[in-house]
Amino acid sequence: MYAFTYHRPDTVRQAAGLLARKDDAKIIAGGHTLLPTMKQRLASPGALVDLGGVPELKGIERKGRGLIIGAMMTHAEVAESAAVQEAIPGLAALAANIGDPHVRHRGTIGGSIANNDPAADYPAACIAMGAIIVTNKRKIPAEDFFQGMFGTALEEGEIVTKVAFGIPSRSAYAKFRNPASRYALVGVYVAKRGGEVRVAVTGAGASGVFRWTAAEEALKKRFAPKSLEGVKADPSGLNSDIHADAEYRAHLINVMARRAVEAALGK
Amino acid sequence: MAAVSMTVNGKAVTADVEPRTLLVQFIRENLKLTGTHVGCDTSQCGACVVHVDGKAMKSCTLLAVQCNGASIVTIEGLAGADGTLHPMQAAFREHHGLQCGFCTPGMIMSAVDIVNRKGSDLDEHTIREELEGNICRCTGYHNIVRAVETGAKAMAGSAPVRQAAE
Repeated sequence: MYAFTYHRPDTVRQAAGLLARKDDAKIIAGGHTLLPTMKQRLASPGALVDLGGVPELKGIERKGRGLIIGAMMTHAEVAESAAVQEAIPGLAALAANIGDPHVRHRGTIGGSIANNDPAADYPAACIAMGAIIVTNKRKIPAEDFFQGMFGTALEEGEIVTKVAFGIPSRSAYAKFRNPASRYALVGVYVAKRGGEVRVAVTGAGASGVFRWTAAEEALKKRFAPKSLEGVKADPSGLNSDIHADAEYRAHLINVMARRAVEAALGK
Repeated sequence: MAAVSMTVNGKAVTADVEPRTLLVQFIRENLKLTGTHVGCDTSQCGACVVHVDGKAMKSCTLLAVQCNGASIVTIEGLAGADGTLHPMQAAFREHHGLQCGFCTPGMIMSAVDIVNRKGSDLDEHTIREELEGNICRCTGYHNIVRAVETGAKAMAGSAPVRQAAE
């Protein structure tokens, strides 16, 4: 790891000021992606701005039909939150299955979203539930926020502060993990809110998370696993690598979507 | 350099470190507490697990400066002052929950964390799931799982045991 200077602001405003003033500064949240990347010297920021001491980035709040989660909430905190478990049990279950217990004690929802790893779990939940990503400057709908592999709408010096989820009537996530890395080979989040159904897929797409509209149409007619029989995901645009080729990933998308619907129905 | 101060195994420590110093380096090289191991150095194997403010974390993927003000417990902090093993350590010895022993400090710190979160009545499935972040390359998982199960039960009654030892 190359040397850097370290800064620990108390407020988002101070953090934004540091990002603007310091050359080549990067935000560190839980650090469970950034530090490994820095160890490999794939990133070498000149300064780290640690959000670990910013209280306004913590907290979970239910507001009417929405659930607002602070960017620095760890995966374990989201998983164990009574408010999340009650409002969106599918999201609590998703958080409970990210990485391993130690990673969940450290990794954060804001960090995961800002990084937009193509195999990360949270982006699928954000897309499926039409989340709003709140930053220190503006509010960004999830579908505008995620812009391909590791790409987001975030501008220089912009900091994710909260994620606001609309509470669905039913939702669940199912993932097929890579047996070695435990990242999603394919992960599917299915959410139903009134007559609307959204199906978001992570891990599989060559340009990151995407919506599987054919499945959405089928599930709108009847929200049941059976509705997805014969609905095939298109393998073009899916990743092919040593872990799984595009055809296999396409197959898994259907299987995971059906499992997610089953879980959402509480079966 | 950056100043850090934290509590490690109940003792206050302060030092000037480079910001890039990992918590595990700080523990091993500055404090000379070499019970915490570096296995993979990529946050996968769990040999470096310590408790930070009561939660198990991988000290190879934390900067010492991020833990400024925190309370850290390492494997050295588990046994009693007179050397009496923590019930989880005793269970690992009893059940031979190790072969080469390299992963053991992390396994034990994780096991104690599991009990702290999930209670002392743990079934085998839960233990195996919860040990996902700890890799034993000798693949001695059967005895490790047995040790955690026994250690967890012993921890339920650990307060009187430790009092008696003191």
